[in-house]
Amino acid sequence: MKSMEELVDFYFRPNRLPHLWCPGCGNGVILSALLKAIDAENLAKDDVAIISGIGCSSRASGYVDFNTANTLHGRALPISTGLKMARPDLHVITLSGDGDCSAIGGNHLIHAARRNIGLTLVVFNNSIYGMTGGQYSPLTPMGKKAMTAPYLTIEPSFDILDLARAAGATFTARATTYHVPILVDVLRKGIRHEGFSIIEVVTGCPTNYGRQNQLGAPAKMMEWQKDHGVMKAAWDKMDEAAREGKFPIGVLSERTDLKEYTKAYDEVIARAQASVKEETA
Amino acid sequence: MSRVLLLQGNQAVVEGAIAAGVRFYGGYPITPSTEIAEGMAKRLPQVGGKFMQTEDELAGIGTVLGASLGGAKAMTATSGPGFSLKQEMIGMACSAEIPCVIVDVQRVGPATGQPTSPSQGDVMQTRWGTHGDHWLIVVSPSSVPECFELTRRAVELSEKYRCPVILLMDEIVGHMRERIELPDSYEGLSVPRRKQPDTPPEKYLAYADTDGSMVPAMADFGSGYRWHMTGLVHDETGFPKGTPAATKNSQDRLHLKLRNHEDDIVQVENYRTEDADVVVIAYGGAARTAYDAVDMARDEGIRAGLLRPVTIWPFADRQIQAAAKKTKCLLVHELNCGQYVREVGRAVRGIVPVDLYAKYDNEPATPEQLLEKIRESAEKIKGAK
Amino acid sequence: MKQNFRFSGTGGQGLITAGIILAEAALLDGLLAVQSQSYGPEARGGSSKAEVIISDQPIRFGRVTHPDTLLVMSQEAADKFSGDCDASSLIITDSLFVKDVQARDARRIDLPITHTAREACGKPLFANIVALGAVVALTKCVTTESLERAVLDRVPKGTEDANKKALAAGYEIAKKSAGK
Repeated sequence: MKSMEELVDFYFRPNRLPHLWCPGCGNGVILSALLKAIDAENLAKDDVAIISGIGCSSRASGYVDFNTANTLHGRALPISTGLKMARPDLHVITLSGDGDCSAIGGNHLIHAARRNIGLTLVVFNNSIYGMTGGQYSPLTPMGKKAMTAPYLTIEPSFDILDLARAAGATFTARATTYHVPILVDVLRKGIRHEGFSIIEVVTGCPTNYGRQNQLGAPAKMMEWQKDHGVMKAAWDKMDEAAREGKFPIGVLSERTDLKEYTKAYDEVIARAQASVKEETA
Repeated sequence: MSRVLLLQGNQAVVEGAIAAGVRFYGGYPITPSTEIAEGMAKRLPQVGGKFMQTEDELAGIGTVLGASLGGAKAMTATSGPGFSLKQEMIGMACSAEIPCVIVDVQRVGPATGQPTSPSQGDVMQTRWGTHGDHWLIVVSPSSVPECFELTRRAVELSEKYRCPVILLMDEIVGHMRERIELPDSYEGLSVPRRKQPDTPPEKYLAYADTDGSMVPAMADFGSGYRWHMTGLVHDETGFPKGTPAATKNSQDRLHLKLRNHEDDIVQVENYRTEDADVVVIAYGGAARTAYDAVDMARDEGIRAGLLRPVTIWPFADRQIQAAAKKTKCLLVHELNCGQYVREVGRAVRGIVPVDLYAKYDNEPATPEQLLEKIRESAEKIKGAK
Repeated sequence: MKQNFRFSGTGGQGLITAGIILAEAALLDGLLAVQSQSYGPEARGGSSKAEVIISDQPIRFGRVTHPDTLLVMSQEAADKFSGDCDASSLIITDSLFVKDVQARDARRIDLPITHTAREACGKPLFANIVALGAVVALTKCVTTESLERAVLDRVPKGTEDANKKALAAGYEIAKKSAGK
């Protein structure tokens, strides 16, 4: 295992630092956990593609030395899908924020999950649109303040993993920026999973979410993660009352009965080519 | 060996794409372009390629751009409503210089319009559809054989100049069936390929003009050349810089790489224009009316000709100015309220009158109807001199 | 020599297929052909139209503005698509469906097309092929060899014999009418 310094030296692009994330932002924790996972899985840099959408989280792709693309708002998944179709041998890791992935890109999320295409989607869930200055997203909890909800949000939020699972996602997991070893572990499992995997990472945005909602200093926001994230095994034993306000972390679901999309497509090619042979015979 | 077939224009596009080495298609069904999706769904896996029916028009072009980053020649097709939805991603393809081909088989009207009727109302949208300054290539076929040839050319131009190329079609050409002779095998046909880097990976700058062509070499994702693609304005490293000089440099290169190669890119066809007093300018399906109308005008003693832009954008300034200097009148015929005519007027700067026969009632003009307009134009210049 | 054809009737009668077959037969004869059709809701139950132009010279404008031969297989199509016919046009009508044709000065031949399809092949489904046989017998626009080959190339496997019968029946009813 490389030390943090070695990881930075090895995986970060020289001259791309310092990053633009605010002090106390959890995005750096997620990116370093991802690098640890990639390193632990022994993936060659040339074999990894990191595709992101738009938002604070999506800036991550530019910092690291892989095949990378910082695409359009909401469109990281279609671009990842096309790349995976052209190059099924690549490990395509898609980085997206809660707004990017569940609002403007929501349709792509449910269909990528439905197809079970072999992408690893990491959702940086900071409960807010950070880059544009603190407007509410579909993952902002009800009753919170945002620049576009000065009188508190009245919209119920998605559980993005329930959403993905209902749409057919074959691997769903959650972690927080406090539970780093768990985060690295679920990222590794997500990368290894053959099919569509989604990992929601609960992270803090002290600047544009915490401040509006008086959640305190970054460390306090992390403490909240510690107190509210419950390991799946413990969660399963809790009753409804005990679960109130908390959320499960770890691998929440995994299925292996569905074929990965590009592998299924290989069968389409085989059938098409057999039909041509039949015609010409 | 070759085979003679009766094909729709849309089917000929499919064959042209296969022949040009297109191996990925992502798209959403939409009239009157759907035969292209259906044809690609059948043909691509036969040659080891891949077809995806995506969840929406945005994902259609999104998957195309992703596949292109992976090195595949990739294409999508749509009609007006879908073409509108694809605009943001077309802009990214311009800015990040990702080769791709987008077919727009036009229908009548904005919004849902009239899906199965011919129109050329998207001609300005192909040029100015996406936001921000950008430059791209648009070509428009007038016949079924030309659908095959221009699809190949669209792929070739997109690979050569690293930009989206739009194949602008209309319902006339898309749905008409016509004779086409195709080679039995496409193996002998040249398959274009974007320029590959000749520097070692550690020296590779994704957006550097290394040979004066203004077109940077493009490495496939996964080829050992790790680079960064962004929708942000970027410098030759591929990363945003934000200084006025860097912004101007990148914008300059994006348009000069096409403008400096207009001789290679811009094609027009001249039909009986040599001694013409009235030169009709028409493109796509509308040009088919014009050939007949020109012949009919000649039969009654009017010296008429047809200049048919095959490349719609970049605009054929030089060719149209040259025609204007030799003739007495230009008559633009298009199936919209008058779009391309504005550009013709700009190019000829009053050298000769520019008349317009705009038809926008969901039927193509008949040769007789256009002949009447040619007569009117001929009459006017007689009166003027 | 240029010949303009318009086949019209109701969606589902196979007239677009008939148009495609005629154009393919023309290519087999070494001629040029352009085929077009009306699309949309009209092609699904409403009136439907396919047009074919056959010529030994390049065909540019691909729509028919003046049919040399108009095939009409429904009254609605007769009302809708015969307006641009004149004395030089031949209008072939299916006696089962068409009563009246507006273009009164055009030459009209009324043939029992659908009736014959039912009699000869057991199904009205073959009416389009019967009609093709009749059109070709009356206009000689393509050779019967090419027409048969074009028909057999297009139709589903296992229906070859029935389609050949339909063609022969089409030739027959055309000959009979010519003899009148």
